[in-house]
Amino acid sequence: MMLVWLIVILLAAGVVAWLGGRRSAAWARWVSLLAVLADLIWAVAFWLRHPAQAEILPQGHWLAQFNVAWVPQLGIRFHLAMDGLSLLMVVLTLFIGVMAVLCSWREIQTGVGFYHFNLMWILAGILGVFLAVDLFLFYFAWELMLVPMYFLIAIWGHERRVYAAIKFFIFTQLSGLLMLLAILALYFIHHRATGVYTFEYSALLGTPLSQRTALLLMLGFFVAFAVKLPMFPFHPWLPDAHTEAPTAGSLILAGLLLKTGAYGMIRFVIPLFPQAAHQFAPVAMTLAVVGILYGAVLAYGQRDFKRMVAYTSVSHLGFVLLGIFAWNTLALEGAVVGMIAHALSTGALFMLVGQLYERTHTRDLTRLGGLWSTAPVLSGVGMFFMLGSVGLPGLGDFVGEFLVLLGTYRLHPILTALATVGVLASTFYGVQMVQRAFHGPNVHQWKIADLKGRELLIMAPMIALLLWLGLYPLPVLKTFAPAWKGLERTTRSLTAAARR
Amino acid sequence: MNLLWLIPAFPIAGFLFLALAGTRLSRRAVSIVGAGSVGLSALVSLWIAGQFFVSPPAGYAYTQTIWNWLDVGSLHLPIAFYLDPLSLIMTLVVTCVGFLIHVYSAGYMSEDEDISRFFAYMNLFVASMVTLLLASNLVLLLLGWEGVGLCSYLLIGFWYRDPANGYAGRKAFIVTRVGDTSMLIGLFLLYRHLGTLDIQTLMARAAHQWPVGSPLAVAAGLLLLGGAVGKSAQLPLQTWLPDAMAGPTPTSALIHAATMVTAGVYLIARMHVIYQLAPSAQFTVGVVGAATLTLAGFSALTQPDIKRALAYSTVSQIGYMFLALGVGAWSAAIFHFMTHAFFKALLFLGAGMIIESLHHEQNMFKMGGLRKELPVVFWTFLIAGCALAGVPLVTAGFYSKGLIVWQAEASSAGRWGFWLVAVFGVFLTSAYTFRIIFLTFFGEAKSHVHKRPGLAMTVPCIVLAVLSLVGGFVKTPEFLGNIHLFTDFLHHALPPVAVAHARAMSELASEGWVTLALIVGFAVAYFCYIERPEFTASLTRSALGNALHRFWKSDWGMDWLYDRLLVWPVMWFARVDAGDAVDSIYTGIARLCEWFYQGVRRTETGQIRWYAAAIAFGTLIFVAVVLFL
Repeated sequence: MMLVWLIVILLAAGVVAWLGGRRSAAWARWVSLLAVLADLIWAVAFWLRHPAQAEILPQGHWLAQFNVAWVPQLGIRFHLAMDGLSLLMVVLTLFIGVMAVLCSWREIQTGVGFYHFNLMWILAGILGVFLAVDLFLFYFAWELMLVPMYFLIAIWGHERRVYAAIKFFIFTQLSGLLMLLAILALYFIHHRATGVYTFEYSALLGTPLSQRTALLLMLGFFVAFAVKLPMFPFHPWLPDAHTEAPTAGSLILAGLLLKTGAYGMIRFVIPLFPQAAHQFAPVAMTLAVVGILYGAVLAYGQRDFKRMVAYTSVSHLGFVLLGIFAWNTLALEGAVVGMIAHALSTGALFMLVGQLYERTHTRDLTRLGGLWSTAPVLSGVGMFFMLGSVGLPGLGDFVGEFLVLLGTYRLHPILTALATVGVLASTFYGVQMVQRAFHGPNVHQWKIADLKGRELLIMAPMIALLLWLGLYPLPVLKTFAPAWKGLERTTRSLTAAARR
Repeated sequence: MNLLWLIPAFPIAGFLFLALAGTRLSRRAVSIVGAGSVGLSALVSLWIAGQFFVSPPAGYAYTQTIWNWLDVGSLHLPIAFYLDPLSLIMTLVVTCVGFLIHVYSAGYMSEDEDISRFFAYMNLFVASMVTLLLASNLVLLLLGWEGVGLCSYLLIGFWYRDPANGYAGRKAFIVTRVGDTSMLIGLFLLYRHLGTLDIQTLMARAAHQWPVGSPLAVAAGLLLLGGAVGKSAQLPLQTWLPDAMAGPTPTSALIHAATMVTAGVYLIARMHVIYQLAPSAQFTVGVVGAATLTLAGFSALTQPDIKRALAYSTVSQIGYMFLALGVGAWSAAIFHFMTHAFFKALLFLGAGMIIESLHHEQNMFKMGGLRKELPVVFWTFLIAGCALAGVPLVTAGFYSKGLIVWQAEASSAGRWGFWLVAVFGVFLTSAYTFRIIFLTFFGEAKSHVHKRPGLAMTVPCIVLAVLSLVGGFVKTPEFLGNIHLFTDFLHHALPPVAVAHARAMSELASEGWVTLALIVGFAVAYFCYIERPEFTASLTRSALGNALHRFWKSDWGMDWLYDRLLVWPVMWFARVDAGDAVDSIYTGIARLCEWFYQGVRRTETGQIRWYAAAIAFGTLIFVAVVLFL
């Protein structure tokens, strides 16, 4: 029951913020903040109470669930459920959500009510994606987060916002359609085999499929998630969307929307089609490595600060994809830590760019420079998150990337070695960014205010969490471990059954 | 012994305090916190060392687990410190020399507006360095390893307003990370085949599972060597160190001479079992060392900048350590690390005082005659220089380098060629060392001394000078007292060198040749820079001399080569593809749609006859299709 409240609170807060926001902008901000905070507190309390003992099994043992019939005639149920993986993602979503509200506090001055409505509904959609175990409901939530995101970019974005918003919409919508087709096909095939119409995840697991069909359906899901992730060569929507979105939009895109792609791969692509995924793994992993290197080199070539950070996402999510398709304990744990760490370090970099933009009204790295002498705290924070991004040990990204590579090496030493070169390549853009923005002479005579108050309040927890994840990631690893064991057991038994 | 965790904890606390509150403190308070934290750390390590000598723990090793870091499947990585004679000696040197350099910095940086940032970085460096040394597993070692690399990058570019410093810092960070990439792959390989990353377990399992000459051991050894040559500035990744001299001079002394650059030596010594199992990898280590020590020696001879000359000297001396590792003379390498830390730190500190007293002049050809103006600097620098060259009997460098040279041949893994290169290296060392001393302290004064160093700067130098003299008496050759305190202690952690008695030359003979090479080097330097400087000038003006001079001075053209082979292609691609070629596929599709739309739109003319004709034509085709198909 609590799971549904998590979502309802956000949906309701969105409506209240919109209605009240016409009269008072502060009202919209506070309502949103309190709603997300309440959700976050609940989720963290839940996490502390359940250091994750339960495992997900085909029969469905979940940490918590909510399951009622929705459209019984079609076998559609409103089924939300949570295991260790979804729990981590929910906590991350709500944390980033709080940050998103806080970092819009000053930046958004027009249409504040409608803005917060969209923000709340995106978050609700993302929660739905992470919690739904009915494929119809999942698709519904998948679309739910899309539309408000479109508005967020198209209305409150920068110069080329409409172009970016439409591009974002077309990419995700087209790939989402492929997923819808795959879901429906799976639904009918399952009916033909069992005589039951259902969208239930645990029921659809292990639907007997011919090799060819399995590969096709798997690709339907895969493309939808690969576009979101984003995987090379499906990434071009991302630099535009990230760059043109308002700060909170970039934060949510990088921190959460990309993670829904990775989550979908872990939850659906591989468990539903283990053999097809196994067959396809070399291709996916090769594309992941290409993305790691390509994203890093392109990030190095960018002049626009935001665009640069956007390309680093292509590189970092490549590691996540690599880990997922390696499908072993080390790599998957690494992928999950990597997802969280990327949300923190890249999210923080986007907020930092936002704060810089508020002060200098430029994102052109070649027009910045020498900011350390005028804003040392801001520059130091930028340096810190750059170090996270380049995989410095002791910070979260390193743990993720290291575990992924360690887990991948036993399968593909050569691919792993190339991906390791990607860690090196991240240094190129990292140190160049610091040099162009913060070091060097202050040629343009910038005199800007340093971080203080609310801005420090946003940055401090991001720094603390990235350090925590780098130095003591055990709670995260331990929370995901049982969920992973369940997923692994499912795929193993399904593969074995298919062999027989 | 259970105070071990305090050794890294003090400098970390110092770093955090200075990073968070440093700008609000007075300069004096910043210096006290900065140097004090390292001082406390040094005291703790002295205390622990005392305990270790008096009552050594079982098996001469002590492990302290702080907390559980990573625990995934079969991978268990605690944050744990491992103390044995090897890590103890290196930690002692790092904290004590580090403390002296911090005290010196309090004087050297006292006028700098960013002094708190400086000490914060320096403290973070010491913390990372001792973490590297004390780490019980390779991933924690990597944490320290990358941490020192980061501090090196930050401190080289410390004066960030000058883009050249930033460039040097970035170069250092990236080049060392090239090595780290190889090291990371080595870690993956070790974990894949041995199932652990705990160093001691790894060594035991490797010795148990891999036969001598096993290809896996060779691969692991070479991959780790990649990391070591990056950090220790050996061929082929030595190019970053000379540029690293852009940082403040105490940084050059601490990081780029005494401690961090020897991390590669430590890594190989720590992982010595792998190299014993992989003779070809170990031989490669020796070849790298031998090649580096000669090439860098030539480069050192041609540098006009005092710091760059010293930097090449560092590269060359670490080459000696690699050579020692390559012939299995593990203790000799660590011995030379220790004495080198004393005298090379001192040389840099001396250079710093000279540079500061001459308005930041670094060109030795504009110095001269400083002997009388800066007597303390002269005498300490002279002592350090003699130790570097290895002046017999009285200096520490004589004992450590002599040991390496002898064992380059006498060890069972030794070779004549190695010995010959090592003796030639002594000649080069002596020549470039006395070149530096003659150019700066002798001859006519060419610049005016405007400032003399204070006590905070001279006292650490005097302490280091004493250490450079007496530091070698812990291990002397057989014919000179035969003290082997140092090596005996280390042999609890590192195997003793296997001397091939049947063919080995005597230690006395080897030392004799070394002394001869030293005297020849001195004579050449004296002739070229005191007796006949005009001859040297004419030599560098001749066609061949000039070409060679330029070639050596530019580090054998390696920067030039790397720029063309590696740097430029990446930069070119990043620039050409900044607009993302993949995107043009999608914009291409979008164009196609638009073009199609434009084409179809033309048919919508609004004219009845046009529509009627279209309908008639369409019907005609339709009927034709029905009739004829």
